[in-house]
Amino acid sequence: MDLNLTASFLTGLTKVFAGPSVRWVDSQPDTCQRVYFANHTSHVDSMVIWSSLPTDVRKVTRPTAAKDYWSQGWFRRHLARSLNALLIDRDKIKVHQSPIDMMIREIGDKYSLIVFPEGGRAHSDSGEIRAFKSGIYYLNKKRPDLELVPVYMDNMNRILPRGEFLPVPLLSRVVFGAPIWLEKGETKNDFLARARQSVLRLRDI
Amino acid sequence: MILFSQILTLLAQSPSGHLLDGPTGVLLGVVIGCLLIATAAGQVLKRQPDSSVNPAIVQAFIHRVRAWWLMTAILAVTFLIPTPVATVILFGLISFWALREFITLTPTRLGDHRTLFWVFFVLTPAQYVLVGLGTAHYELFSILIPVYGFLFVSARIAIAGDYKRFLERVAKIQVGLYICVYALSYAPALLYLENWTNADYSTSAGLLFFFILIAQLSDLLQFVCGKFIGRNVIAPSINASRTWEGFFAGTGCTAIIGAALSLTGATPFNSWQSALMSIVIAVMGAAGTMTMSAIKRDRGVRDYGTLVEGHAGVLDRIDAICFAAPVFYHITRYYFTTLAG
Repeated sequence: MDLNLTASFLTGLTKVFAGPSVRWVDSQPDTCQRVYFANHTSHVDSMVIWSSLPTDVRKVTRPTAAKDYWSQGWFRRHLARSLNALLIDRDKIKVHQSPIDMMIREIGDKYSLIVFPEGGRAHSDSGEIRAFKSGIYYLNKKRPDLELVPVYMDNMNRILPRGEFLPVPLLSRVVFGAPIWLEKGETKNDFLARARQSVLRLRDI
Repeated sequence: MILFSQILTLLAQSPSGHLLDGPTGVLLGVVIGCLLIATAAGQVLKRQPDSSVNPAIVQAFIHRVRAWWLMTAILAVTFLIPTPVATVILFGLISFWALREFITLTPTRLGDHRTLFWVFFVLTPAQYVLVGLGTAHYELFSILIPVYGFLFVSARIAIAGDYKRFLERVAKIQVGLYICVYALSYAPALLYLENWTNADYSTSAGLLFFFILIAQLSDLLQFVCGKFIGRNVIAPSINASRTWEGFFAGTGCTAIIGAALSLTGATPFNSWQSALMSIVIAVMGAAGTMTMSAIKRDRGVRDYGTLVEGHAGVLDRIDAICFAAPVFYHITRYYFTTLAG
């Protein structure tokens, strides 16, 4: 899907509101298939990561979002379509219809994903990151070729905090780290803790 | 190319005329001449072997000259538009940008969120709308933020219900609003001054250009003079490169240049008035630089952000302008126009 007017407009708007300074630490932007996983503190997180990517990478990167929220009304549907978001149906999770299977089916051998493994948005002002849910573990187990790129975002909770609907324009920071993979014989808990650490480490860079 | 010449013809024919008149053009010409010399000097320095000059300083110099070109170009283009509104919008955007840097740097709490929304999207635009409406609204534009804005900010934070470090948070937002928006808005307000006591003087674009030029020059000259003859640092823990010698010598040089620039006829001042005005700008500019340095030291950062290559943040560039603008505006208004009555 080509990038459209709405997407360019949203990217510009994000840059005005969140003024992200982008850094790549031990990794480079690339169009290869990746999963960007990040700390989650604000509604605009996906948008900020998405607009921090170079245009060619952005074209093949899809944010994940909840279907029940993003399919309400033409405006949200239009936004989700413009960003080529991968909508996940939270109500219809079954054994043969797990979100992971659906993600893998949807991205094929072309698209990258933006995910937030914390599950929900974190409450705290302190930049704390909660324990990760197991999604990225299963995702990497089924598709070991996917690069998992940690992303740390700073200041987003001041731009649009939880429970607010009007953003305040401030500068933010987006740091992309070195990709990680599931190691041989690594347990689920070890891997999730390591993934969480890889995001946390970017906080102090 | 054809399009460009068409635009030029249109501008030449425009009945109301743009802000750029003859004397301002001369002043602009002088600045562009100096920039050409500086650019050439930068290129010559770059070709020198590394042992004779510090390449980092040369690089910083080249970046600085490049940013000056950018500033001059932006101002010249806004002056070509036949209404001061373009300049007001330009300064409004600079305020917005500077305030964004300021608030990012000073921690706020969740309870300040809605207040900040008002500050960015209501108070800031309102201030610039009042400036753009001209001298008829001088009274309201000069009190909107320091009277009503300040009362509003403290009350709005109180209503949000978070009392932790209340006074500190109120003060931070007020200072940010005051320096980045209110003080800076006096610069474009210069364009609306009229009824000059000097009969030969008509348009104010030259006045604004002169002001910005002197503010930037004094900043640079105080720094350069300090490098050569500086002995006594004013406040080592706040800014290690600002010395008393640099301050006095730099201000003196600025006064001489200011007096010389009055010959272009771009300002309503004669040469000694121009020299005095330059001293006022230089002193206020130094005060601004010291104040903003103190805030940066307290927050433990070197610069306010990164926008133009080789330059720190918008706020690092405009600190002198912010502090000098209200004083320059008021002296000009009260002594060189009949507006004050």
